Amino acid sequence: MEDTAVEEAEASGAAEFAPALVAAHPLGHSVAVAVGPELRVFDLKAGSVVSLSDDSGGGSHSDAIRAISFSANGVLFASAGDDKLVKVWRTDSWCCIQTITSEKRVSAVAISNDGMHITLADKFGLIWLVTVGQSGGGLGSTDNKPVSIFGHYCSIITSMKFSPDGLFIATADRDFKIRVTLFPKKPLRGAHEIQSFCLGHTEFVSCIAFTCLSEGSSFLLSGGGDSTVRLWDYINGCLLDTCQVRDKVGELLEPNETEDSNLAIADICPTNDGSLVAVAIQSFNGVMLLACDLVAKKLSFLKVITMEKCYIPTSLASSFPAGLLWTVMGASNMPNQAGSQLLTRLNIIPHFKNGILASSDHVPTVLVDSEVPHGEKLLLALQGSLDIAKQEEVLASVLAALKVSMHKMLVKKHYSEERREHRKRVRNDKKIKK
Amino acid sequence: MTRGDGANGGGGGGGGSGQHQGAGKLPRKRFYRARAHSNPLSDSHFPIPISPDEFDLSQHYPRYFPDGEGESRDGDAAAPRIRFADVGCGFGGLLVGLSTLFPDTLMIGMELRDKVTEYVKERILALRASNPGKYDNISVVRTNSMKYIPNYFRRAQLSKMFFLFPDPHFKEKNHRRRVISMQLLDEYAYVMEVGGIIYTITDVEELGEWMRSCLEKHPLFEVIPEELLKADPVVKLLSTATEEGKKVARNGGQTFQAIFRRISLQKE
Repeated sequence: MEDTAVEEAEASGAAEFAPALVAAHPLGHSVAVAVGPELRVFDLKAGSVVSLSDDSGGGSHSDAIRAISFSANGVLFASAGDDKLVKVWRTDSWCCIQTITSEKRVSAVAISNDGMHITLADKFGLIWLVTVGQSGGGLGSTDNKPVSIFGHYCSIITSMKFSPDGLFIATADRDFKIRVTLFPKKPLRGAHEIQSFCLGHTEFVSCIAFTCLSEGSSFLLSGGGDSTVRLWDYINGCLLDTCQVRDKVGELLEPNETEDSNLAIADICPTNDGSLVAVAIQSFNGVMLLACDLVAKKLSFLKVITMEKCYIPTSLASSFPAGLLWTVMGASNMPNQAGSQLLTRLNIIPHFKNGILASSDHVPTVLVDSEVPHGEKLLLALQGSLDIAKQEEVLASVLAALKVSMHKMLVKKHYSEERREHRKRVRNDKKIKK
Repeated sequence: MTRGDGANGGGGGGGGSGQHQGAGKLPRKRFYRARAHSNPLSDSHFPIPISPDEFDLSQHYPRYFPDGEGESRDGDAAAPRIRFADVGCGFGGLLVGLSTLFPDTLMIGMELRDKVTEYVKERILALRASNPGKYDNISVVRTNSMKYIPNYFRRAQLSKMFFLFPDPHFKEKNHRRRVISMQLLDEYAYVMEVGGIIYTITDVEELGEWMRSCLEKHPLFEVIPEELLKADPVVKLLSTATEEGKKVARNGGQTFQAIFRRISLQKE
């Protein structure tokens, strides 16, 4: 049957590839790259590779890391993923102080602005909360199991962020929704009061980021499978502006690559003054820059930064005050990578702040490897290799695998009317009377 | 937005639909047989408004939106809004009962099973045709309200929500399919105005306890004292207006109600 063939293909290709992730310390002290179960950290102040240590008694990551995040003040760092472990690290010593076991695979993680709580989200749409602290050690922390505080109804949570003032927690899902919830003072009792829903995306929402003007008022940015980046007044759930990326990227790509599904927004990253937004787009080898005018509440296309041919960033991060935009590309579990190291490629774009980068006559470029801070030492630590030639072929396969896995996980499957009818007729859960 | 005909004859059910009936004639239930349950977890294959702004009320309440499309979006303050939602409306008995009780209030039934939705749609059209000037304030939409409530209603838009005789989902594994849960109550609280009332009723004791305990635990709802409920004409309809309620009454079964008020959270 044709149907079974399709299902078999789906099942055999079920190996999910997790994209490589990058996160930068808010004060620029360090940068972390996660690929597969590996967490690689480089200390930018000391100029040395960080060796991670673990006091928590929990195991290390054994499956792909899906989410990494620094706390707002940079003191803590959290990593979580498919192995259902959430590890909390102190960034001064890079020692893991807590390992939390989740019931389900974790798809997003965030640290509350006061550094007191970790929130984790899973593919079933539940958001869990854990109090930070050595589990089992201190007084009072008797039972430090994750507590469910709210949920999206059976939808994969793709991204979760705290607002800059710490009052709200925003969660994005595969069902086109962004929910903004009041984060209560006693969150262990649950977060039940919804401030708004930001509705407008016509496909899955893949990433969200808060951005704010220096004097305080903050906004939410989101990117999705509908290849749009949107700017929201998240207090009222109002869509302020939409930037359709497809038209701009379409000019730069081969025509067969411009199908909607291939131009999903992979990640977004605003500058700290909110004036620029870097956008990573599936199938586009480079980064797109949008100008973000938070006073006029407008998002507009500014320019693209094209990178080497096979380099399509999977994750973005920015570090200030240096003003560097970090981009990585890579994936876990590549079949042809067995045995060898998990390769990633890192590129850095300098001057990621309002100024030269925003001016129209400036043609931005990525730092060549020798200009990268701490040079080859950093690249070797975070990429796993310096051999570009070898990387190119790996990256090409990474690229294909990631497209498939993102599509499979997040895009809703559409079955034809005939196929659904056929499935109904051959369903095997009917009670058979003897 | 709402689906046209087309899905009527699908499946193995009765071939006839209400199309050939004369105006004003009530549809017959036997042509709209459907499974008793539908999986709320499955991906939906029917159109859903992207946001409440896209929810075109003129199709549902033509008498309230005489100028047709677009009216619902302009002049927001003046345009009437849906105030009652019957979640899992089934064959629409409650809507029909409420329609004459609150003739100036827009209300909508939400139902996941498409044949049942089709039946309610025909039923309302027939009632409108045979009772001119009446039943213009009720309508029905096929949707999964467990997933898409915020796509239909704005914050604090509703003053009443009804959950009458929902699926009990006895197995613990399936409790997350229950239409009342701590998580879903967050969303219901969001679309309800402060002071709005949520009505639940079931003939399954276990589910009745579950719904009551969820509402009791939820910080945005408080129980309404019995004395006040006696004065509420809607309460009587819960067990008398719906098909399921009548069935329970016929069999002399017991029902379990939990009726709570949406409150604001300003204590802390």
